[in-house]
Amino acid sequence: MTALLILPLLLPFAVPALARRTLDRLLPVTALWVITLCALVLGGCSLAALGAFVLTGLLELPVFAALGELVQPLPGASDLVVLPAAAVSVGTLAVCAGTLGRAALREFRAFRSARTEAGRRPAAGDLCVVDSPHPDAYALPGRPHRIVVTTAMLRSLDAAEREALFAHERAHNRGGHHYFLAVAELAAHCHPALRPVRGTIRLAVERAADEAAAAAVGDRRLTARAIARAALAGQDARSVRPEFASAATSGPVPHRVKALLSAPRAPRRATAWIAVLLLACTTASFAASATGMLDVHHRVEVAQGEAR
Amino acid sequence: MTDAKDERRPAGELEASVMAVLWAAGAPRTPGQVQMGLGAGLARTTVTTILTRLHDKGVVERRRQGRGYAYYPVQDAHGLTARRMHVELDRDTDRETVLARFVAQLNPDDERILRDLLEPGER
Repeated sequence: MTALLILPLLLPFAVPALARRTLDRLLPVTALWVITLCALVLGGCSLAALGAFVLTGLLELPVFAALGELVQPLPGASDLVVLPAAAVSVGTLAVCAGTLGRAALREFRAFRSARTEAGRRPAAGDLCVVDSPHPDAYALPGRPHRIVVTTAMLRSLDAAEREALFAHERAHNRGGHHYFLAVAELAAHCHPALRPVRGTIRLAVERAADEAAAAAVGDRRLTARAIARAALAGQDARSVRPEFASAATSGPVPHRVKALLSAPRAPRRATAWIAVLLLACTTASFAASATGMLDVHHRVEVAQGEAR
Repeated sequence: MTDAKDERRPAGELEASVMAVLWAAGAPRTPGQVQMGLGAGLARTTVTTILTRLHDKGVVERRRQGRGYAYYPVQDAHGLTARRMHVELDRDTDRETVLARFVAQLNPDDERILRDLLEPGER
């Protein structure tokens, strides 16, 4: 039965590849929902499995056995497996809790500064301009939603491209994309294999906003141009103060631009199986951890002499 | 983009577009110049109305130019707060915030690919 609790810890390793392919095959918005939900469930299940290991380990110790009113040791568990598993689980959970707490604090600060900012009366519609020589733009969640754009960004785009940029940022706010990004953050701290999935969710969020922007301005090529130009403008400004160049793999921006330049693809049924596989993975993880937990619960009851 | 479509957009979005033109210009602009800067979507009178409204709100200043006014954006307290926050965000080098940013880091390969992709549409 311990094997059932190992499954939720192993399944996330299969997910990054599946998530990436799901994003390639499905409509960005659909993919965003599917991947985020899966990441959330998988992260939760792996935490639950670790928790179950810790619990069984603790109940081996006399102090906790007394506290749990056990009249006999937990059945079906040998100390050789249970104690090391519990020790490793405690360590892992501690690391998770640490990084999770730090991440949560950071997210909270970002949200708070966003909300104080958004609490002020709207200046000109939802636009908030920052006079800065560095091209930058982002969506600011809160009530009311805002889009923040620097003057350098406004100047590096023409009027039509600016509209595409605004439409993109408004799509982030309208779609509540910050919730998806927050889930991605949390999941990444629950299981190391879910870290790459965070990147996929971020890309899915951008792709969804890109498609919404393209629909709003009615021109895919224009939207692609706006994104490419904005990214290059940011690059030119950054070259003044060089930063570490990352790996040589192609990053998310060219991917987004290419996707916009190619004709929109309706999801084909033949390629949707990858999403089904992802969902199956998630369901298996959920079922395994739920069964595992029920089993632990049952064994505790047996040890308490309440069931047999 | 048709006239009708632009006229039907929410007032907030139109104000945002007009502000963007003023900020991008970096110098006072007359309603006519703003209208041109917007790309022929709005009637001149609509642009004038929006500019007047923005002036009433205190987010743009204006000065006499010929028989009308030329408008320019003001950096108000609101803008200063945004600026402070912007600096705050910039310090966060790993950028693992939930704020969706429009520009991501590019590596040299990305830059080349992007320039190649832009090439045909550029000129």
